[in-house]
Amino acid sequence: MRDKIVCYFSAAQSEQPIIHLLVKNYDLVINILKADINPQKEGYLVVELEGERNKYNEGVDFLKSLGVIVEPLSETVVWQSEICIQCGACASFCPTEALAIDRETMEVSFDNAKCVVCGMCLECCPTRAIQLYFEIKEAVR
Amino acid sequence: MQKTYEEINEKIRRGEAVVVTAEEVIDIVAEKGMEKAAREIDVVTTGTFGPMCSSGAFINFGHSRPRIKMKKVWLNGVEAYSGIAAVDAYIGAAQLPETDPENKVFPGRFTYGGGHVIQDLVAGKDIHLEAIAYGTDCYPNKKVDTVITINDLNEAYLFNPRNAYQNYNCAVNLGDRTLYTYMGILKPNMGNASYSSAGQLSPLMNDPYYKTIGLGTRIFLGGGIGYVTWNGTQHHPNVPRGENGVPLTPAGTLAVIGDLKQMNPYWLVGLSYIGYGATIAVGIGIPIPILNEEILYYTTVKDEDIYCPVVDYFEGYPYGKAIDLGKVNYRDLKSGRVTINGRQVITTPQSSYPRARKIAQTLKEWIQKGTFELTCPVAGIPSAEANIEFKSIPDRSPNGITIKR
Ligand code: SF4
Ligand code: SF4
Repeated sequence: MRDKIVCYFSAAQSEQPIIHLLVKNYDLVINILKADINPQKEGYLVVELEGERNKYNEGVDFLKSLGVIVEPLSETVVWQSEICIQCGACASFCPTEALAIDRETMEVSFDNAKCVVCGMCLECCPTRAIQLYFEIKEAVR
Repeated sequence: MQKTYEEINEKIRRGEAVVVTAEEVIDIVAEKGMEKAAREIDVVTTGTFGPMCSSGAFINFGHSRPRIKMKKVWLNGVEAYSGIAAVDAYIGAAQLPETDPENKVFPGRFTYGGGHVIQDLVAGKDIHLEAIAYGTDCYPNKKVDTVITINDLNEAYLFNPRNAYQNYNCAVNLGDRTLYTYMGILKPNMGNASYSSAGQLSPLMNDPYYKTIGLGTRIFLGGGIGYVTWNGTQHHPNVPRGENGVPLTPAGTLAVIGDLKQMNPYWLVGLSYIGYGATIAVGIGIPIPILNEEILYYTTVKDEDIYCPVVDYFEGYPYGKAIDLGKVNYRDLKSGRVTINGRQVITTPQSSYPRARKIAQTLKEWIQKGTFELTCPVAGIPSAEANIEFKSIPDRSPNGITIKR
């Protein structure tokens, strides 16, 4: 299985080689999407974890056992229709047809339910009408 | 059958003109036949809305007190060309702020440029104006640092040296890495095919020999009214054409002008092309007076009868290598897939067809309401019989050549 999570750290936890242990002991593939660790060594990591379901769950439990707060990443793509000029460029990059062109009218629409937040559409939009939002808790920053 | 501009304008004034869009005309003529339709239809409206880098605006700021002869001027940090009279400047759509990181971290984002400045001006937003000068007896001031809006300007008019390209390349990438171009992102190994034309709605596709579009033609420009002032730069009408007269490669272009103060930010939109730069999407619509059957015939052109060349942007375009990848038509491009070299390729549009359609529709309504009359061009622009040579920069060594100044 594969999922994106946010890990909130305190200073003590970030001293440990967490990523190393996740790879070594749980055989997980880890892709760091975003990190913000302050000089006091507190902060968060947004990571994508991939591995067998059992291992995945054990890995997440391991993080929790260290006192790391683990939460599913709430990440959403927002399509601002009032900024969009309906060029259609994004639709050809979208693997799920969340962004799709009605071939009759050539109009572009966005279906959030189909979006897997892969990010393919973000770079190709010339008006920056498509934005990615990470939800990170302010309190732990 | 022959109609005159004056006869058509007379009907527009009476509110009786029959106006249809370049899409609608196709079915009408198929149904009624050329002869009958030519008698009935007075005007066919066209439209296009896409990135047009060769765009910009002339501005007169009025004077500071004391007066200034601006040597350099910036609008929201984007430099405008000021090598003209004291407080005149030209802001170009592709200009970037000096502080832009460009492609230093590739691909660059180009978040803000001249096109965005123009959109913000038209939207009535506050603009940071800075200027420096060396000071003269007549213009002693050396610095301006203030905030303006479009209403503070004496004149602000769009003057675009090259717009409304008649046909354009379909861009692909034969290389093995992603390309970031003015045709958008091109995936490696021909992963997509990017195109940029409104096809059957595009102005110059509907008047391929510029029989009605010329100097002084009144047009829809940026949501307001503008005029054709000249042929555009790189105008190259003497290229191979199809039987319907439509060029098979990029061909004619137009230079257009219009008062920015009556335009609308919905129709002039600043764009950021990743890895390439900043530019602007311009909305243009041109009315075609149906003076006779021949002119009507040209407006009935369909997407499937308009072909454009497929060009490689890995080596073909940038290095001028001749690689023949054939031609594709706009019906297939708009369907989402085209066949190139026997392979199905996903298509990526750059020009907005829904907005092109909206322009043709808006222009149609203006004419029906009688608020927009047609103008007869005062001069034509060079057409297919011209003998224009497409030139490149000569490769000459300046060493040993005495250049007299
Ligand atoms: S993030 Fe991915 S799935 Fe979602 S709209 Fe963009 S390209 Fe489509
Ligand atoms: S690329 Fe951007 S402007 Fe174009 S259709 Fe998609 S969201 Fe709209």
